[in-house]
Amino acid sequence: MKVSAMRMLNITKVGLMAIARNKMRSLLTMLGIIIGVACVITMVAVGTGASSSIQATINSLGSNFIMIFPGAAMSGGMRSFTGESKLTPEDVTAIKAECPAVSYASAGTRTNAQIVAGEQNWGTQVWGVDVDWPFIRAWNVADGDFFTDVDVRTATRVCVLGATVAENLFPAGDAVGSSIRIKHLPFKVVGVLERKGGNMMGQDQDDQIIAPYTTVMKQLLGSPRISMIYISARSADQVQEAQNEIDALMRQRHRIPPGQESDVNMRSQEEIASTSEQTSKTLSILLGSAAAISLLVGGIGIMNIMLVSVTERTREIGVRLAIGAKGRHVLLQFLLEAIALSVVGGAIGVGLGLLIPNLVTRFAGLPTQVSTGSVLLAFGFAAAIGVFFGFYPARKASRLDPIDALRYE
Amino acid sequence: MAPPQSAPATAPVLEIHDLTKVYRMGEVEVHALKGINLSVEQGEFVAIMGPSGSGKSTLMNIIGCLDRPTAGTYRLDGIDVSRLDRDQRAEIRNDKIGFVFQSFNLLARTRATENVELPLLYGNLGLTAPERAKRSREALARVGLAGREDHYPSQLSGGQQQRVAIARALVTDPAILLADEPTGNLDSRTSEEVIGIFQGLNDAGKTVILITHEPDIAAHARRVVYVRDGLIWRDERIVQVRAKHPDAAAEGPEPAVAFPFTIAPPEEVVR
Repeated sequence: MKVSAMRMLNITKVGLMAIARNKMRSLLTMLGIIIGVACVITMVAVGTGASSSIQATINSLGSNFIMIFPGAAMSGGMRSFTGESKLTPEDVTAIKAECPAVSYASAGTRTNAQIVAGEQNWGTQVWGVDVDWPFIRAWNVADGDFFTDVDVRTATRVCVLGATVAENLFPAGDAVGSSIRIKHLPFKVVGVLERKGGNMMGQDQDDQIIAPYTTVMKQLLGSPRISMIYISARSADQVQEAQNEIDALMRQRHRIPPGQESDVNMRSQEEIASTSEQTSKTLSILLGSAAAISLLVGGIGIMNIMLVSVTERTREIGVRLAIGAKGRHVLLQFLLEAIALSVVGGAIGVGLGLLIPNLVTRFAGLPTQVSTGSVLLAFGFAAAIGVFFGFYPARKASRLDPIDALRYE
Repeated sequence: MAPPQSAPATAPVLEIHDLTKVYRMGEVEVHALKGINLSVEQGEFVAIMGPSGSGKSTLMNIIGCLDRPTAGTYRLDGIDVSRLDRDQRAEIRNDKIGFVFQSFNLLARTRATENVELPLLYGNLGLTAPERAKRSREALARVGLAGREDHYPSQLSGGQQQRVAIARALVTDPAILLADEPTGNLDSRTSEEVIGIFQGLNDAGKTVILITHEPDIAAHARRVVYVRDGLIWRDERIVQVRAKHPDAAAEGPEPAVAFPFTIAPPEEVVR
């Protein structure tokens, strides 16, 4: 109906006029909602930022990555983690030959050493790996080349330096082609790896030296065992399949009957990812709910002010009722006022919520990522709070008796 | 709902028959009105007088459709309004009654013209914003406030504020103007000015009902109804010797002479 539509418009105007007339109080009322909305968006942005940076780190492990390392060993019924590896280079060869879901496999063995290059020296870890390793870790050589298959077979004393090691031993940047001493043995530097940054634990992944595993085993460690195996499955879908194949093969090779605990452990990239995803999800929920509570408190603030406003404007309500406003017109007026307060507050909050994460990133160095979902959720929640907390005061106003309201001092 | 059709113009604008009002205060029943009969014709200027507790305010609330009688009938502009519900009474108030209050009751920080437009916002007339503004300006001009449309209440004197309130009451062109102690907050000179406005409107044909306890003010009406103990005690038509201007009043006969209650025993007169 045209008349009633026009009347609704008029009443909307009346409600908005009341806000404009009390600018300072309206702003203070909105403050709770502003802070709440900005908080929700910022907190979720920080949470999302943290989780996506963890995700990026996990992805830096390489694609479809599986890690095999020694598990608990049985010796005479006593189960313990001896630290003694049962893994051998032959296991790697067997995996490559017999597991179709595996595309790359590399032995891995490790030692710590003090490295000397001319005047410089640097303590770091030396990893012995196979030529598949750069493909598994998706880690390329920035300068020079990776060592070759021949180098592995003949256990040549060649090595590839991590970026941090190269920087410390060769500040001039002339690492490739130079010679370094690892445990007094001379090694030729054939390449320098690209920089990869910290891992999940915050360790610098660039602080290492990579050499053929045969060289590390025979010349640096003197051990027939390797400490782990790096695997890359053919595709993301085949990670589980690869794990099953490897488990069966390892049981067969290490003579462990089904049902008994294997002497090797496997962790896939997904497993590592899901653990940390869980952590960051918990973090997001925690931050988000703290912010949601502040939004709720903001809503209560609106109700508080609206109740005060209804009391304060009792005579005004009385006049409106006397000159022909119906209960529902008054209800609508006050409800619209509450909704307008929370919507405008919500909008300002969204503005701040888009700004603050940028400041957090700039000044605190934390990664942040504003998600559309959180903006919509926070804004929608703010509007809903306006309706919810505005309704009670508005109903109270609409039920006033005009005679009492006009007499109210 | 649409209000029923108005009766022919010959019928009284206000017709009250055997009206009673009983308040229940816990166990005690208070009979505020005990059977009021009152008829007001179109174009009358009636002052309702009475001491506090007489039932005068209750009668005004019922006449103003702010309250419902316990028994009896009340026809306003031909419509029986005594049994209407809350929303229906709101429509009647908007359509048929123009309220003027003792304490003006203008919205603060709201321009005079916006205050006057207020009843139109709730009405069924469906006026556009320019139409409302036009009506508001016309109403303000009728009370002599042309040129002050954009003033805020705080920028106006008490008399001017009350005139804005009268304009607000006039803007819907109601059947009756119902003024509750309209001069109670004004000094005597401004009171004369405001009562003059009512007289002018009455001269132009408006039905005015004035509730007051001041004999001087009641003296400006054409008819005085005196309420006591919930009943109409006296109902007198005054031979009104009306002065158009307060200044001119001194030259003619004193209006108070024509007012019958000034000779009543003091204890029967309001304070």
